[in-house]
Amino acid sequence: MSSKVIQAMYNDDDILMDAVKEVRAASHHIEEVYTPFPVHGLEKAMGLKDTRIAITAFMYGCVGFSFAVWMMNYMMIEQWPQDIGGKPSFSFLLNMPAFVPIMFELSVFFAAHLMVITFYMRSRLWPFKEAENPDPRTTDDMFVMEVSVDGNEDELISFLEKTGTVEIKVTEKH
Amino acid sequence: MSSHYEAPIRKPLIIGDKSYHDITLEVAAPVEGKANKLWWIVFSIALIAFLWGLGSIIYTIGTGIGVWGLNKTVGWAWDITNFVWWVGIGHAGTLISAVLLLFRQKWRMGINRSAEAMTIFSVVQAGLFPVIHMGRVWNAHFVLPIPNQFGTLWTNFNSPLLWDVFAISTYLSVSLVFWWTGLLPDFAMLRDRAVKPFQKKIYGLLSFGWSGRAKDWQRFEEVSLVLAGLATPLVLSVHTIVSFDFATSVIPGWHTTIFPPYFVAGAVFSGFAMVNTLLIIMRKVSNLEAYITKQHIELMNIVIMITGSIVGCAYITELFIAWYSGVEYEQYAFLNRATGPYWWAYLLMMSCNVFSPQFMWSKKLRTSIMFSFIISIVVNIGMWFERFVIIVTSLHRDYLPSSWTMFSPTFVDIGIYVGTIGFFFVLFLLYARTFPVIAQAEVKSILKSSGDNYKRFRDEGGANPAPVVSKVVETKAKEVVEEIKGSSEERTADLMSSLGVFDSAKQTADDLKQISGVGPKLEQTLNSIGIYSFDQVSKMTDNEYNLLDSLLDSFKGRAKRDDWAGQANNLKNNG
Repeated sequence: MSSKVIQAMYNDDDILMDAVKEVRAASHHIEEVYTPFPVHGLEKAMGLKDTRIAITAFMYGCVGFSFAVWMMNYMMIEQWPQDIGGKPSFSFLLNMPAFVPIMFELSVFFAAHLMVITFYMRSRLWPFKEAENPDPRTTDDMFVMEVSVDGNEDELISFLEKTGTVEIKVTEKH
Repeated sequence: MSSHYEAPIRKPLIIGDKSYHDITLEVAAPVEGKANKLWWIVFSIALIAFLWGLGSIIYTIGTGIGVWGLNKTVGWAWDITNFVWWVGIGHAGTLISAVLLLFRQKWRMGINRSAEAMTIFSVVQAGLFPVIHMGRVWNAHFVLPIPNQFGTLWTNFNSPLLWDVFAISTYLSVSLVFWWTGLLPDFAMLRDRAVKPFQKKIYGLLSFGWSGRAKDWQRFEEVSLVLAGLATPLVLSVHTIVSFDFATSVIPGWHTTIFPPYFVAGAVFSGFAMVNTLLIIMRKVSNLEAYITKQHIELMNIVIMITGSIVGCAYITELFIAWYSGVEYEQYAFLNRATGPYWWAYLLMMSCNVFSPQFMWSKKLRTSIMFSFIISIVVNIGMWFERFVIIVTSLHRDYLPSSWTMFSPTFVDIGIYVGTIGFFFVLFLLYARTFPVIAQAEVKSILKSSGDNYKRFRDEGGANPAPVVSKVVETKAKEVVEEIKGSSEERTADLMSSLGVFDSAKQTADDLKQISGVGPKLEQTLNSIGIYSFDQVSKMTDNEYNLLDSLLDSFKGRAKRDDWAGQANNLKNNG
């Protein structure tokens, strides 16, 4: 398979959406689409799968909750039980109501931070990471669709020109 | 596409004939421009206040808490008042970004960035007070459940003060990542526009290499939604737990089950007031009136009115329950509040918090910018006094009349408080000059549904959506083109004579792609005309822009809109 891609630039999100649908209908492979803002429905038009990041957040929340339960049981009940204000710490269940606020806070803490870290890792975002958008205008008002060249290059270019693009560039895949 | 439809009854959230590019320019302008004199004056005042506060903090830590006005009866006063006041102010940011996101309120997009910044900066101020109040701040890590030199001495998880440590630190850190995640695409926008290498490097670093892939956006939106879902109960829990600091004690006036909802409403109330204070000034100074509109201010005023009324209900409920309980200590605490030596503070609290927001029932008043600003200041004063009344008047006359006393702050108390206000404004002013203060990526996504020009076009029966912006630009460009006579060769010669011919033997060609708005293809075109260096581009005026437009097939009017000459001038001087 050729490693060449064609970058077609659009200046409007609706034109881009129609173009994505046309390109998909003509069964060309869309490598990537770069947009300056979230275009609603684009991921459906491109055929991207739903993200599972919310599920990971739920699991991280469960981890945080379990950690809170384990920590407070270990510190307050098992390791050094004290009689605070006439309320002895000899049973986890009887002391549990006082632990609810921290169980909640730690569940949220774990879910939020670990989910965001997962997002940064999966989307490869971190300090000193080089940006990979093909043109600086894609964070301003331009939309770039990257279509992989599979077969006749000129045919694909003339096909893309009819989809309302304002600029076309042929380049090697990075 | 019908997805851009919005009911005509909804007021536009973006005023004027904006295009996506206009949003970019106007959000980037305060960052790329130079600070004016007023900014430097306000910043200097804030910095002096901050330094005074820093001095007061150092004096407190060096000498001891005795330098404050606290006494044996009033053990909590300004410190905790300020702490609760700042935490309360912080609540509006998360409410705007999280709760309004869950309710799909589009008007949050113009203001959420600054409201979240305000949240983070005010929670930082809040956090200072409990830490300083510890006295021996070098032992501050004792509040964390970490192993220490005493072996197995842990923190007391039954204590609301410890819950507070967990609540505030979770709140601060989660707000910070929520804010930063939203900032990534906007930092990327600044990075891609940056001309000077230093700015490019800094914004490249801050944007974490954001590229705007479709998959990234999909995850971005999901993460924002889940964070909003997590932050909503979190923000409610934070002030609930702050209120537990008081409610779980046995002090009359504090031992009240109504505290959690009453504190949360009060926090939202004061937070929205502070957002109004800051944004009414910022929209003017940074020329963002098209994005932070009168409609935004009116809606915030309505929230202030509602939460102010909830707070009023809570005050009256407290009084009623104190009387109805039949507990004479409780009754006396409230009688003393209203009619005792601190009656003036109680009156100030009642008039600022319950009475003043009621003016907002009037449409005329709540759409007046000046009036909104005054009320926002009044509410902030009132909410400070609410905390002062709750804390000091409940303590100063305790169970033992022989120890009854008054509280008066020392210059150190005042210094630390003023210092945190200074610190807050130092941070906010720096933010306003270096951060994208509007969530521009999100605002772009609602332009077609809530933009003034698009809404007008639909109201006039136009097909949906209406790409009216580019049409206006195009016709203007065409008129100009007709005026220019001669063949393209003559026009090229004309253009080159005013820009100067590039001599490849003596000069080196510059990378024209560094000019924002110039891509690889456009660079080639420019080269084919004979433009190679920043020096040539920097000489362009209206006449040359028109000539260039007439030579280009596309991107008409773009060179002027993006101010290529100005950019090239910068690049020339920095290269």
